[in-house]
Amino acid sequence: MKQLDEPLISLTNASIYRSDKWLVRDVSLTLGPGEILTLIGPNGSGKSTTAKMALGILKPDEGSAKRRKKLKIRYVPQKVSIDWTVPLKVRRLMSLTGHVSKEEADRAMNLTGTLHLANSEVRTLSGGEFQRVLLARAIAFKPELLVLDEPVQGVDFSGEIEMYELIKKIRDELQCGVLLISHDLHIVMAATDHVICLNGHVCCSGTPMKVAVSKEYKDLFGARASSGLALYEHHHDHEHLSNGSINPENNPLTFVNQINNSNQNPKGDKHDG
Amino acid sequence: MMDDFFSRAIIAGVGVALVAGPLGCYIVWRRLAYFGDTLSHAALLGIALALLFQVNITLSVFLVSVFVSLALLILQRRVTLSTDALLGLLAHSALAFGMVALSFMTWVRVDLMGFLFGDILAVTPYDIAIIWGGGLLVLVVLAIFWRSLFAATVNLELAQAEGMRPEQANIIFMLLMAAVIAISMKIVGVLLITSMLIFPAAIARRFASGPEQMAVLAALIGVIAVFGGLFGSLQWDTPAGPSIVVAASIFFIITVLSAVIFQIVKSTRINKTNIKSNEI
Repeated sequence: MKQLDEPLISLTNASIYRSDKWLVRDVSLTLGPGEILTLIGPNGSGKSTTAKMALGILKPDEGSAKRRKKLKIRYVPQKVSIDWTVPLKVRRLMSLTGHVSKEEADRAMNLTGTLHLANSEVRTLSGGEFQRVLLARAIAFKPELLVLDEPVQGVDFSGEIEMYELIKKIRDELQCGVLLISHDLHIVMAATDHVICLNGHVCCSGTPMKVAVSKEYKDLFGARASSGLALYEHHHDHEHLSNGSINPENNPLTFVNQINNSNQNPKGDKHDG
Repeated sequence: MMDDFFSRAIIAGVGVALVAGPLGCYIVWRRLAYFGDTLSHAALLGIALALLFQVNITLSVFLVSVFVSLALLILQRRVTLSTDALLGLLAHSALAFGMVALSFMTWVRVDLMGFLFGDILAVTPYDIAIIWGGGLLVLVVLAIFWRSLFAATVNLELAQAEGMRPEQANIIFMLLMAAVIAISMKIVGVLLITSMLIFPAAIARRFASGPEQMAVLAALIGVIAVFGGLFGSLQWDTPAGPSIVVAASIFFIITVLSAVIFQIVKSTRINKTNIKSNEI
């Protein structure tokens, strides 16, 4: 019997030191089953490094990183490039690191809308398709911990909304812990239980609402972030056309514009914390 | 006409091809062609050491290959040089050390051409036992570690995060490479081993739709090259080892040409139908 109260992963003052500097320092976090934890922060703030410590790819130089024994992990890295010399179809990719039955693979591909790509060569996929295929691979295995490094990168806005919806659905269904790295400083999915804002160290953390109003968050992302963290909530106020795009006739333009404006915020304002 | 030495050559060559094909796929996927070259150069040092210490040549070549692989792993971590530069350093130092060591042994008369280009027609039943026994072992180990090795080839960090232990797989891959070099050295010679690894895999890439298929196809293509090369060498009295590589080259050229011709035919057909539909 697994101890259900034991967290899936926990970092305690974990730090990584490379080439005479600390990439991240004193990061502490825990993630339990069914929880969604989002890491946000400017470029180079150590989001991916933190995730890699949690995954065991990097060993912390200070502090500790613990994972539950025999934890079933699936990881969707930020960037996967597959050498064109490797003949690899989507269906074969599904069982890359462990056996997955055809039914499970089909179900996962169906869920991510990639079932029609099952017999395609991986290298012919577009960036967005490949992201969804990688997500399908991850969920087909029914992991206990799902780590997603910028899953909405290269996905257009409506795709981004769908992706967040999908992640929430997966969490609800599998009751797995989700560690999500968000490339977008301002949009954090509403279903997130906990947000950690990184800038080489934990700048602030807490529930999305708490982080949005915190002084550290505003300092880090500048005055224009004072409008706060936009929480994406699915209002079902738009329709999707058959090709997946949002029906322009009842597109909630105001909402989209608000997000686009906040995207133009200059990145990485100086922070002397 | 099937002479005894000839059928032994076929059996030995097929054994090498069956092992070199699947392993060669990893050489192609991981862009390690120069690594294979380095190991085969280092094999010459192995031969020199074997002659010097009066030990088994296959064993000595295997150990030197393992040593060079490990040296590469260590240097990659410690020295700020690119892998190809390191491989160049290792390949040529091993080769030069081997040649210098051989020159000191004035009492040894070595058929250098035999080691460079192989002497498949002089294969003994003992050699065949080494090739098939060692080859079978390599294939079994490769099959056991196939999933983790392939996962590590696709994405190292992903494999590591998902418990595939890619570093262990990489070390095993280096050992397997060393073993293949050691057992096939006598057949095709140190200079031609890389081609036995690369050619069949390169040809198989065009026809394979999955990694496992590519490995099996590469093994079969290697077998075809061995038959073609050996029968050609019997027919035209050419050196056996190079003839096998020539057969593989011709195979490769034919597949490339046929693909080009297929492309041209296809595009002209499309053009014709376009013109026709325009006329209508």
